[in-house]
Amino acid sequence: MLVNGIKSRPVYTGLTIDPNAGRHLFALEGEGPQALFDQVQQVGAGFLASAQILYVPTTAAPKDHAAKIAALKPDDLWLAPTIAVLLNRFRNELSRATMRTRIYVAGTEGFIGQVMRETLDFGVDHKSIRNEHRGSEARRVQCVHCKGITEDVKTSPYACTHCGLNLLVRDHYSRRLAAFQGVSIEAEEPGTAPPPEELFR
Amino acid sequence: MSINTDMAVRVTAITQVAESVKRFRFERLDGKPFPVFPGGAHVVVAWKDGGMIRRNPYSLMSAPGDTSAYEISVLRVEKSRGGSAFLHEKVKLGDTLSLSQPVDLFPIDQRGRKHIFMAGGIGITPFMAMMDQLSKLNQNFELHYAVRTRTHGAYWQELTERYGAHRVKIYCDAEKLFIPTEPLLGAQPLGTHLYVCGPGGMIDGVLGTARKLGWPEENLHSERFLAPPPGAPFTVKLTRSNKTVEVAEHQSILEAVEAAGVDAPFMCRGGACGQCETNVTACDGEILHHDHYLPQADKASGKKIMICVSRIKGKEITLDL
Amino acid sequence: MNIKFKQETFRDDFSFQNSPEAIRRFPFPFHEDKYMYSVNMEPHVPGSKGHAYETLIDVDEHYISEMADRAKVLKEDPLRCQALPHMMQAQWDTLELLMEQMAEGYPDLFTLTRQADQWHWINRPLNIDQKFTFGDVTTLPCEPMEYITRQSQGDFCIVDQRDNNLWMDAGIATTQADWSLDFDIGMNFMEWHGPVPLAHQMGVFERALKFLLNLQQGKPVRRLNWTMTINPRLDTSPENYHKWGSDRMTVTPENVGQKVHLRCELQSLWRLPRSNAILFVIRCYLLKMGELVEVPKWGRRFPRVLKSLPPELVDYKGLTRFRDMTVEWLSKYDDGKPTSPGIYPD
Repeated sequence: MLVNGIKSRPVYTGLTIDPNAGRHLFALEGEGPQALFDQVQQVGAGFLASAQILYVPTTAAPKDHAAKIAALKPDDLWLAPTIAVLLNRFRNELSRATMRTRIYVAGTEGFIGQVMRETLDFGVDHKSIRNEHRGSEARRVQCVHCKGITEDVKTSPYACTHCGLNLLVRDHYSRRLAAFQGVSIEAEEPGTAPPPEELFR
Repeated sequence: MSINTDMAVRVTAITQVAESVKRFRFERLDGKPFPVFPGGAHVVVAWKDGGMIRRNPYSLMSAPGDTSAYEISVLRVEKSRGGSAFLHEKVKLGDTLSLSQPVDLFPIDQRGRKHIFMAGGIGITPFMAMMDQLSKLNQNFELHYAVRTRTHGAYWQELTERYGAHRVKIYCDAEKLFIPTEPLLGAQPLGTHLYVCGPGGMIDGVLGTARKLGWPEENLHSERFLAPPPGAPFTVKLTRSNKTVEVAEHQSILEAVEAAGVDAPFMCRGGACGQCETNVTACDGEILHHDHYLPQADKASGKKIMICVSRIKGKEITLDL
Repeated sequence: MNIKFKQETFRDDFSFQNSPEAIRRFPFPFHEDKYMYSVNMEPHVPGSKGHAYETLIDVDEHYISEMADRAKVLKEDPLRCQALPHMMQAQWDTLELLMEQMAEGYPDLFTLTRQADQWHWINRPLNIDQKFTFGDVTTLPCEPMEYITRQSQGDFCIVDQRDNNLWMDAGIATTQADWSLDFDIGMNFMEWHGPVPLAHQMGVFERALKFLLNLQQGKPVRRLNWTMTINPRLDTSPENYHKWGSDRMTVTPENVGQKVHLRCELQSLWRLPRSNAILFVIRCYLLKMGELVEVPKWGRRFPRVLKSLPPELVDYKGLTRFRDMTVEWLSKYDDGKPTSPGIYPD
């Protein structure tokens, strides 16, 4: 099966601040705040007075990101212990948001995908969401066979953490599942899976 | 590969619904039901005007599920190229015309959690069908309708009665009442879609305000009534059909080409759908692009033209037709 | 039209086969002795008697058995049938279109009676008699798309049109050539065709999309697509690839005629009236190599097509392991004579 030249992978176009928005709602993870800091450097800190920032620091990210955000004095900063908790709070914010609210997401690909998915459920077009990839290139992958999602996949093939099949990670991405596709690499001839190769760091 | 699916119809009612606005009701000659259509769709109405076939697009305003008849409303335009004047003055009960299949270039975004319609004058027509459809689906919508005077505005009374004053707001220029665009658009919940139809200036104004307030482009929808603008006559050479055609002052290239018996593709005849995109082989003047379909780069290249609305300032253009 | 419905299987013992009439009506996808992608769309108008094009929604001798196979797949994996919430109107459009077409094409098998929104549907081959209110989901045993596509051969995708693109926002896929609806739902035209090689660079999808965005009501179009399948298996889904993939290892020079199948997709595309969505019908036909060579023109042409296929396509369509063996087997039937243009038997 070919893996090159596949079109469904999202293009992360950058966290560019929308100067017209009345409210800026950020969902950040891990290294995501760096995209925010870059914006502050470029356009100044003015937008932070109407910014609400939900941030989930991850173990891989330096500890001082949260402190640095706080020092910028956004209108509201909230730290979440896990992605699931952040998504829950984020949903709540969306239910109160207006058309003047601009949504920004930055972090790993798997995180961006999950936040985007929540937003789509509110009738928002994915193109309206500003996003920037920061941090690890590891992938969130759905096993097409058992449907189990494995986070932080760094190699292809990898063994599905749910059904154990050796899966090729295709460059085929589903916005709705916020995941890449994993397909059995040895379905035609069991026992022929090549050794895993680290492709996504 | 053109299959003719046009429908021959008879005019079964003509109603003066406001100053300068008439409603026309059409029923099929073959007695078959009309296709159901999506709210926002238009048909191209064709009729014989002297020796010429005229074709103009009009929004369908009847209930989308009513397959017994189609209805359109036509504003008598002062400087009409013949379309609205002909329908207003020459068309009589019982006359036969031809309608295309419905085409929707102004669709409702079904993902919307709420829909705001803003109409100016005759721009109300597509929204009549859209509101009928949404109300049957129990969906959330509001209409904000600007009219010049109460007597010029069509349907405002019946719409208010039908959907209630909480969903239908009328603003009358003569009473110095205007759509409060800014506060209105500033307070809409996430997932709202905005649809605007009316004069060009109104559309630009409303969309400009929405953008200024930070509305994303994906939630903004508009339809412009674009009649082919008149201009100085010029010559068109057609390379494939090996013909030379003169385009008159009040004629579009498409109409001139059709009159010469050349079958060119078309759908909306209003510069929106892209169907009549034509390659330009040569042009000794400047192409006046009136469409809102071609990307800016294509317009600048001088290699493409939408023949339903665009023309040239110059003597001659050669087309791959 | 008198269809003799077969009782047969598309799994386990694979008892599927085509009658001589079914062989001749097979929509053979090659109009010349070679193949490459193209925007090969033509008006979907009724064709000649005794061909798959005879009616616009084709019902054939495999109908009852295919519907039984679909029911099995859906029972094992209900995610094969999904619709995003904003597609409900398009679902009703789909139900209406399929019921109308089937009742018109096969009045002896299907009857649709309508009194305003009170509808009565009779499907004689499947013994279904259903009264329901059009537009009211609670009057059907399941959502309208699932209801009618459990009674219609082929896979179905309903695509929403917005932002100058088409979005696959609903569908049912139990006879698919290796793509996953559960994964692809919500994607746009370019995205769901992402994995197809070569065609993007050729601009095929760009042209096809432009064409489809202007598809009009009352003017459906069709095209043929194809691949090959080992054993007459309808459900060649990626979900079950680990179960059927090894079939490709079982081809031998002795069993090519029985095991290797040409799989043709007759795709028809219809603009839907209420939703402005487009219905993609992807109807799958299977033909054994042993059946294909019953038509001498096809027996000459198909090995020539297979031989001249670009390697990217051989790989993408999953033919690598058995192509050469199949060409070898078919070559007996290619006497080198020229073939007539077009897809129909001589």
